Amino acid sequence: MTNIQDKIGKICPSAQFEEGDILLVIVPDTDWHSLALALRDDADLHFDYLSALIGMDWKDSMGCIYYLNNTATQEMISVKVITTDRENPMLHSVSDIWKVAIFQEREVFDMYGIKFINHPDMRRMFLRNDWVGYPLRKDYDANPELNPIRLTDEENEDDTFSIVEDEKGNIKEVKSKVFGDEEYIVNIGPQHPSTHGVMRFRTSVDGETVKKVDVVSGYIHRGIEKMCESMSYPQTLMFPDRMDYMSAHQNRHCLCMCIEKALGIEVPRRAQVIRVMMDELMRISSHLLSYGCTTMDMGATTAFFYGFREREKVLDIFDKTCGARMSLHYNVIGGVCADLHPDFAKDVKELCKILPSRLKEYHKLYTGNVIAQNRMKKVGVLSHEDAVNYAITGPSGRASGFSCDCRKKHPYSIYNELDFEEVIDNEAHGDSFTRYLLRLKEIEQSVKILEQLVDNIPEGEICAKVPKLIKLPAGHWYQQVEASRGTFGVYIESIGEKTPFRMHFQSPCFNLVGVMDLCCRNHMIADLITIGATLDFVIPDIDR
Amino acid sequence: MFDFGIVTNWIDSWLESVMPQWAATTIECVLVGVALLLVYALLALFYILYERKLCAWFQCRLGPNRVGPWGLLQVFADMFKILIKELIAIKGTDKFLFALAPYLVIIASMLVFVNLPWGNGLQLADLNIGVFFMIAASSIGVLGILLAGWASNSKYTLIGAMRSGAQMISYELSIGLSILTIVLLSGTMSVSEIVALQANGGWFLFRGHIPAVIAFVIYLIAATAETNRGPFDLPEAEHELTAGYHTEYSGIHFGFFYLAEYLNLFIVSGIASLLFLGGWQPFNIAGLDMFNEVMNYIPSIVWFLLKAFFISFVIIWFKWSFPRVRIDQMLALEWKYLMPIGLFNLVLMALVVVLGWHF
Repeated sequence: MTNIQDKIGKICPSAQFEEGDILLVIVPDTDWHSLALALRDDADLHFDYLSALIGMDWKDSMGCIYYLNNTATQEMISVKVITTDRENPMLHSVSDIWKVAIFQEREVFDMYGIKFINHPDMRRMFLRNDWVGYPLRKDYDANPELNPIRLTDEENEDDTFSIVEDEKGNIKEVKSKVFGDEEYIVNIGPQHPSTHGVMRFRTSVDGETVKKVDVVSGYIHRGIEKMCESMSYPQTLMFPDRMDYMSAHQNRHCLCMCIEKALGIEVPRRAQVIRVMMDELMRISSHLLSYGCTTMDMGATTAFFYGFREREKVLDIFDKTCGARMSLHYNVIGGVCADLHPDFAKDVKELCKILPSRLKEYHKLYTGNVIAQNRMKKVGVLSHEDAVNYAITGPSGRASGFSCDCRKKHPYSIYNELDFEEVIDNEAHGDSFTRYLLRLKEIEQSVKILEQLVDNIPEGEICAKVPKLIKLPAGHWYQQVEASRGTFGVYIESIGEKTPFRMHFQSPCFNLVGVMDLCCRNHMIADLITIGATLDFVIPDIDR
Repeated sequence: MFDFGIVTNWIDSWLESVMPQWAATTIECVLVGVALLLVYALLALFYILYERKLCAWFQCRLGPNRVGPWGLLQVFADMFKILIKELIAIKGTDKFLFALAPYLVIIASMLVFVNLPWGNGLQLADLNIGVFFMIAASSIGVLGILLAGWASNSKYTLIGAMRSGAQMISYELSIGLSILTIVLLSGTMSVSEIVALQANGGWFLFRGHIPAVIAFVIYLIAATAETNRGPFDLPEAEHELTAGYHTEYSGIHFGFFYLAEYLNLFIVSGIASLLFLGGWQPFNIAGLDMFNEVMNYIPSIVWFLLKAFFISFVIIWFKWSFPRVRIDQMLALEWKYLMPIGLFNLVLMALVVVLGWHF
C-alpha cells in the first residue's frame, strides 16, 4: 500500500492521503485527469477498473469519490476530488479513461448538478429534463410546488451539450444532437415485452439494422439514495431487496455487512452459513429466471416454463424460511431475522439432486438448437478490454474473460472456506451465447456450494447482539458482494448520526445497460432483444 | 365409402322440383355460405382450444380448465369477449385501409375453403385448376397484412408488415414448387382427381417416394412460414415488435387476424393432407382386407379432419419448441436452401415420372 502511495505522490505531488482499509487519495481537480490517466496506464498501478463513482455533497464542498481496482492484483484505492464552487460546480470527466464513467457521471450530474468537463453527453440520466434542482444536494428544495406532478409528456431530448475545454484551459458549452433529423427512430419501450421492465431504448434503425441506441432511463426511479438519508439504518435495509429483486439476498447481505463493518459486529457462524446458502439459492433462482427470459425473448416460450418450473422450487424454499417469495427481507444487521424452517435442509438437498438433470434438459431443449445457436453466437460481442473499461461484472463480464467474481477476488463472509470455481470463459468470446451458457454453468457451482454447506449448518445464534439504536461512527465504508448480475457495492458515509449522511448503491445493471449501444450497433432489431436478454439487466437496479 | 354427393344432389333436385332454377341456386348459395361461415367459426374455436391445450402440455401446464369441462367453453367466452370489445379509433390512421385489412385477410382464407375436399363428394366447387386457385386465393392474405401495417401509421406495425411481405412472398415460391412437384406426379390440378388418384392407400407421400418426401418436408417448413407461425412468426414477433402488424388493432378487427391465423393453419394442413396424405381417403394397406374394411368404415370427413389436425399438431409442435429465427436467417433459409432444393426436387420428380419409378 505504501508503495502505491509513494508512486502516486511522485506522479501528483499535490495529492493527500488518508489511510483506511482502502487507501484514500485526495486530489485537486486540476491534477485529476492526468493522474487518472497515469493510474490506469502505469504498469505497476494499472487501475483499469473503475468499480464505483459516487457523487458527494459535504455542504461546504461537492465532489466525487472514485473506487479504483487493479484487475491483476485486486488492489483497491479510492480517490476523492473536490470542488468548492456550489453555483456552477465542474470537475474533469474521466469518461475517456474509464468508459463506465459516461453513465456514472451523467447520474452525478443529474443528482448533484456537477458538470463534467469533456464529457460527451451531459444530459440528465434519470429525472425529467424540466426537473428543478438537484435532489441529492444537501440544500435541495423539496417543495412540491417547484416540481409538481407534470401532466404533460416529457419532450424528447434530442439536444445535448458538453462542456469542452480547449488547450488553453478555456471552457465553453457545445451543443450537439443525439440523433440526426434524417434518422428513423423506433422506441423500444418503455412499454415493451422484452425490456424486462419500464426501460426505453430510442433506437435509430436503417431497415432492420440498429445504428444507435440511446438509453432513456428513470421510469421507475424512486430516489432510494435520497430516501436513505432520512431513514435509520435498519429502515434502509428494505431498499436493496427492491433494487435488483433477483439478487435480494446478496444486495441486502452487502448492506448489512457494510453496517456491521462500521459497527464492528461479529456475525455468528450459523448466520454466516445461512446467509451464504441464501445468496446461492438466490443466484440459482436468478439464473433460472434469466434462462427463461432469454429463451422467451427469442421466441421459445416452452423453455421459459421449464426454467420457471425449477425456480418455483427455490421460491418455495424462500417462502418457508423467509415468509416471502419476493422482497425477502431476511438479512438483518448482525445476522438473519428468523431461523431456518425445519424442511430447509431436506428441500435444498432435493433441489441439488434434481438441478443437474434439469440443466441437461435445458441444454437438450434449447442450447443445442440450431436456431438458438445461430441467434446467439457472435451476436453482441463484448471484448475483454471493453468489459473492464465499461465495468461489466458478473456472468456478462466473465463471458468476456474478465475475472471479476467478488467471492474469489475480495472474499467476504465464509466464501474463502468454500470449494467452488469462478466460471469464466478463458477464450473471452463475449458473445450472447457465452453469456447465456455461463449462467447455466454458474448454477452448477452454486449447487456445489449448497451441497458443501447443507449438512454443515452449525448450531448457535442466528443474530449477534446489536444495540437498540444503531448509530454509525463518523467515517465512510465501502463493501462489495457478488450479486447475481455482477458486483454490487454499498458506500456509506456517516457523520455519527442515526441516519446515514450519504448512502450510495453501486448497481451492476447500470453498467450493463451502458454497453447496449456498443453491443447492438450494426446488429438487427431482433439481436437487440437477444443482447438485452443475455446481458440480463433488471430495471429497478438501474434506476434505483 | 359413403358419397356425400348423394345428399347434396338430392337437396338440389328437391329444391329444383319445388321452385324455379334461379331460386334454387340462390337458396343453395345462401345455404352453402351459412354452412361455410359456421364451419369456419367452429374450426377456429376448435383450433384455439387445440393449440392452447397442446401448448399447455408441452409446457407442463394444464391449460384452460375453468370454464366448462376441460375448459371447453373457454374459447366461446373468449370469442364473446372479443366480439363485444370496443373498436378503438386511432389518430393518424388511414381509416378505410385500416378497416379493410382484416377483411382481406379473412376473405383470403375463406376463399380457399371452397376448394378443400372435406369428404367423399363434399366439396363446394370442383374447379379443374383447383390447386392453382388455392395458391392464388391464399396469396391475397399478404395484401391485408401489408395494408394493416401501413395503415396503422406506427413504426412497429410497418416493420412487421415489411417482414411479413418479404417472408410470405419468399416462402410462396417454396410452397408453389412443392405443390408443383405433386401436380407433376398426379398430372392434374383438379382437387377431386388428385384425391381419387390416391385411393386404396396409394398416398402420394408413399407413391412418389424420395421426391415426394422432400416436397412434403419443404411444404411443411414453408407452410409454417406462410402462416406466420413460430419459428417464423417474425411479422408478429411479440418480443421485438410487441404484436407486429396488428399492434394497433382491437376488438373484432384483431379477432379477424386471430381467426385467420388459425384458419390458415387448418388450410395449410388441409392442403398437405390433400396433396400428400390422400385427402379424405382412408388409410389402406394392400392385402390386409379386414384392416381395410375397418378403415373404410370411418367416414371420409373424419379422415380428412384427422389428417389435417395431425399436420397442424406438427406445426404447433414446431412453434412451441423452437426459438424464432431472425429476418436475415429466415430469408437465407428460403433463398439459399429451400428454393434450390425445391427446384432440384422438381427436376427429380420429372425424371421419376418420365422413367416410371413411382409406384
